[in-house]
Amino acid sequence: MKDFSNKYIMIFSVVMVVSVAILLSLMALLLQPRQEKNVEVEKKMNILSSINVASDKSDAVQLYEKHIRESFVINTDGKKFEDVDAFHVTLRSEQKKPMAEQYLPVFIAVADNGDTLHILPLEGKGLWGPIWGYVSLREDLSTIAGVTFDHKGETPGLGAEINTTPFESQFHDKSLFENGLFVSVKVVKGGARPGNPHEVDAISGGTITSKGLEAMVHDGLSKYEKYLSQNRK
Amino acid sequence: MEKVEKEPLWTAKNKKLLTNPLGMDNPITVQVLGICSALAVTVKMKPAIVMAISVTVVVALSNLIIALMRKSIPGRIRIIVQLVVIATLVIMVDQFLKAFAFDVSKQLSVFVGLIITNCIIMGRLEAFAMANKPWPSFLDGIGNGAGYGLILIIVSFFREFLGSGSIMGYPVMEKLGVYKFGYEDNGMMILPPMALITVGLIIWVQRARNKSLIENK
Repeated sequence: MKDFSNKYIMIFSVVMVVSVAILLSLMALLLQPRQEKNVEVEKKMNILSSINVASDKSDAVQLYEKHIRESFVINTDGKKFEDVDAFHVTLRSEQKKPMAEQYLPVFIAVADNGDTLHILPLEGKGLWGPIWGYVSLREDLSTIAGVTFDHKGETPGLGAEINTTPFESQFHDKSLFENGLFVSVKVVKGGARPGNPHEVDAISGGTITSKGLEAMVHDGLSKYEKYLSQNRK
Repeated sequence: MEKVEKEPLWTAKNKKLLTNPLGMDNPITVQVLGICSALAVTVKMKPAIVMAISVTVVVALSNLIIALMRKSIPGRIRIIVQLVVIATLVIMVDQFLKAFAFDVSKQLSVFVGLIITNCIIMGRLEAFAMANKPWPSFLDGIGNGAGYGLILIIVSFFREFLGSGSIMGYPVMEKLGVYKFGYEDNGMMILPPMALITVGLIIWVQRARNKSLIENK
């Protein structure tokens, strides 16, 4: 390998770095609309799957229009803000605000069987990164009709199992309130007691993700406590 | 410009570049490189296959690019140049998957980014592409990517089959009805140690069949 002058090395590095930077920014700009659309469609699919409506990439937007009747944001006191677009509220940035200023999105949906369901979004921390999900509640605003969870980068086969049907379906018909008090749903290591309406099985090998999910459900939904109590039928 | 002698594309030597890494010179079982990601993404077959393809694309293209530039890369900063090429390609693959194969990109998550640290790629750049012409380097990249992918697919097949009772997400064990007889999936297969043991078993089988791979004491 022949020796190069320092000047050559400097110029070589600068040219290389600049051309790579241009290439990557072009690529990011070109692919961004597609990626954003993927994220939006996925969000709609997630919301739909929390009310047990199966959708795929092609019909998610259409089904979303059909099932989601109304969306608004509230604060922890249950006060409604009609002028904020609930779909584009990002929970992660809301969580950084003081509790009283946080916007809490609520989606009102009509399920296939005609039931009106409340969908509440959740956001929390797993082992490696953020986890999030949606919970849909029946008209008593306590019984869970369906949930959907997802994650950024939990371990495949372990923590990543939170977005699979066997795990999610455990939440069906669990209830958040006991005699009017908020108790949430716990993720129990070693197995939930059969028939307990506030417990589901944790994932073996995914303890930290399970704990994170339990905290996410508890902390996320407790902010809605006032709203849920006030509007219960 | 030096005069390049026209060489046929598929000489015996070039074919060896493709086939050797599949067996005799396999990056995982013989050179023991890229073990880390082989443990991480082999729980299910689908991510393993996408990972295999991604690594093959990155190692082949980075080999090609480095081989094209090999005469103008200053020796003192060659490692940095190699890293920049690899990182650029990996980011491109990652962005591409996010745009066109969103579900798979979510499953692979951090591991796509970690292709950058895959020792096979830098190993091939340093050992082969820096000293060879573009075409053989490209073939060497494809060969090594395929050799890596082959092991990934074998390991993920056993881990998914024994650990989750399915193949490519299809619930084979459930369809066979073995759960009724008290069969249970081996949860241990899902955990990283069993990936290492599975790789170890493959190495054992390979060396038992091919004595020339055993080191002399």
